[in-house]
Amino acid sequence: MSAEPILTVRNLRCTIGGQQVVEDVSFDVPATGITAVLGRNGVGKTSTLRGILGLVSRRGEVRLAGERIDGMPTHRIVRRGVGYVPEDREVFSKLTVAENLALAERQRAPRREFVAELFPDLVARRDQAAGTLSGGQQQMVSVARALLNDNRLLLVDEPTKGLAPKIVTEVADALEEASKTVPILLVEQNLEVVRRLADDAVVIAGGRVAHVGKARDILDDEDLTRRLLGVHVEHAA
Amino acid sequence: MSTLVLTLITGVGLGALYFLVASGLSLIYGLMHVLNFAHGAFLTLSAFVGWMVAQALGTDSWGSFLLSLLVGAGVGAVFATLTELVLIRPLYERHIEQVLVTVGLSFAAVALFEGIWGTDPVHISGPSWLKQTTDVLGARIPNTYWVLMIAAVLVLAALVLFLQKTRYGMIIRAGVENRSMVTALGIDVRRSFTLVFAIGGAAAGIGGVLAMHYSTFVSAHLGQTLLIFAFIVTVVGGLGSLTGAAVASVLVAVLQQFANFYLGGTGDFIVVILLALVLLVRPTGLLGKRA
Repeated sequence: MSAEPILTVRNLRCTIGGQQVVEDVSFDVPATGITAVLGRNGVGKTSTLRGILGLVSRRGEVRLAGERIDGMPTHRIVRRGVGYVPEDREVFSKLTVAENLALAERQRAPRREFVAELFPDLVARRDQAAGTLSGGQQQMVSVARALLNDNRLLLVDEPTKGLAPKIVTEVADALEEASKTVPILLVEQNLEVVRRLADDAVVIAGGRVAHVGKARDILDDEDLTRRLLGVHVEHAA
Repeated sequence: MSTLVLTLITGVGLGALYFLVASGLSLIYGLMHVLNFAHGAFLTLSAFVGWMVAQALGTDSWGSFLLSLLVGAGVGAVFATLTELVLIRPLYERHIEQVLVTVGLSFAAVALFEGIWGTDPVHISGPSWLKQTTDVLGARIPNTYWVLMIAAVLVLAALVLFLQKTRYGMIIRAGVENRSMVTALGIDVRRSFTLVFAIGGAAAGIGGVLAMHYSTFVSAHLGQTLLIFAFIVTVVGGLGSLTGAAVASVLVAVLQQFANFYLGGTGDFIVVILLALVLLVRPTGLLGKRA
C-alpha cells in the first residue's frame, strides 16, 4: 500500500437545510483498494460522501492527493479525478443509456471498451431511455458513468441497495475489477459485499467516526458490529 | 364559417407570439427554477432596437424587417446574458431574492425605456405585405399572423434540434431532471444557465420585434403586457416543459380569441379562469412533471 493516502478528511461537518448531519468526521482513504464506510441508517454516511464532493454545505478540510478540495465547487472536484456513484442511481431517466454515458465522458479517450466488457447489457440497450431500465440496469449505468474516466478515486454510495442477488454479484464483480486500478470509498449496508470487497473500514456513529480498522477485523468482532452497526453477523464455520 | 376560421387562425397566430415569449421562460424555469419577471424587459428593449434598425434602413423593406429581427434576437440574448451573469448568478439557490431582483429589473427597465424613448407608443409600419390579408375559406387573415406562426415554428424546431442534437442540449435536458447530478459528472452547469438565458432572451427578442409589428407600435410596457400571458401559458403548459408551453400557447390564445368574439370580450377573464382550473385540477400543468 502507498504511504500517502489518496483522500484525507479532517473535521468534516455537513449541514442540510440548516441541520447538522455530519458532526466531526476525520479519516484517510488509502491509495489502493476499497475502503468501506459503515454505520447504522441515518448516521451520516451518504452525507459524508456528498460533503467530500461538495454536494452539501460543508466545513472542514478535505485533501485529494495532498491538494485541498474543500473550497472547490463539485464539478472541479470531479474533474480532478473523483468519480461518483450516487445512492439511488440518479440516472437521467429521459435520456438514453448512450446519452447518460456520453454526459459522463470527461477525457478524450473514454474507457468505453472497458465499460462495454463489464456491462454488455448496456451496449444492447444504448438507445433505450434510462428511466425504462430495471433497477439493476440503472445501477450499471450509474457505475459505468464513473468508470468511463481514469479517476484517482471513486465515491460509491450503496451500489447494491434494492438489487436482486444476481445483480448484487454483478455489481460487486464490477467494483472489484475497478478497484484494481482505482481506490474506492464505498458506503455499503450489505456486509457480505463489504466482507468480499473492502480492505479497510471506517465506522460512523452519531455523525462521528467511531472506529477505523481492517474491514474483516471489524466484521469479525461480534460486539463491535452489534454495537456500532446494529446487526448480528453470522460467521462461516 | 369565415368568422370561425378567422377566430381560429388569429388565435393560433397570437398563440405563436405567446410561445415566442414563453419558450424562454419555460426553459429558464425548467433548468434553473428561476421565475424571470425581467423577461418582458428583454422583449421591449429588442423591440425598440429593432424599431431603430427598421427606421434607419427603411421600414417597408423585407431586408430591414429581417435584419431588425436578427438584431432584436441579438439584443435580447445579450441583455439576458448580462442579467444572468450580473444579477442571477450571485443569487443561485436563493429563489425569493432572484424573483425580487428580476421584478426590480423589470420596473427599472420600464422607467429607463420611458426615459429614452418617451411614454407615448412609437408607431411602426413594416413591409406592405404585412398590412394586407390572405383569404382562407372566406376569412381575411391579416398577414402578420402568418409571420408569427412561421417564426414560432422555426424557433420551436431550432430549440428542439438544439436540445436533442447538441451536447449542450443534452446537458440542459439532464439539468432539468437532476441539476446536482450533472455537476457530479464534472460539468459546470452554470455555463448552461447562461446559455439558456441567452436562448430565452433571443426568442423573446424575436417575439418583441414581431409583437411590435403585430401591434403596429412599441411602448415601454409592451413586454409587461405580453409577459402576463406568457407566464399563464408557462404555468398551464407545465413549468419547464417546452412542448407544454407550445400546446398551452395555442390553447390559451385560441380560447381567448373565441371568448373575445363570442362571449362579449371576456377573453382575458376566461384565460384567468383556465389558469385557476389548471392550478386546482392539475397543478403541474398539462405536460409538467410531478415534483
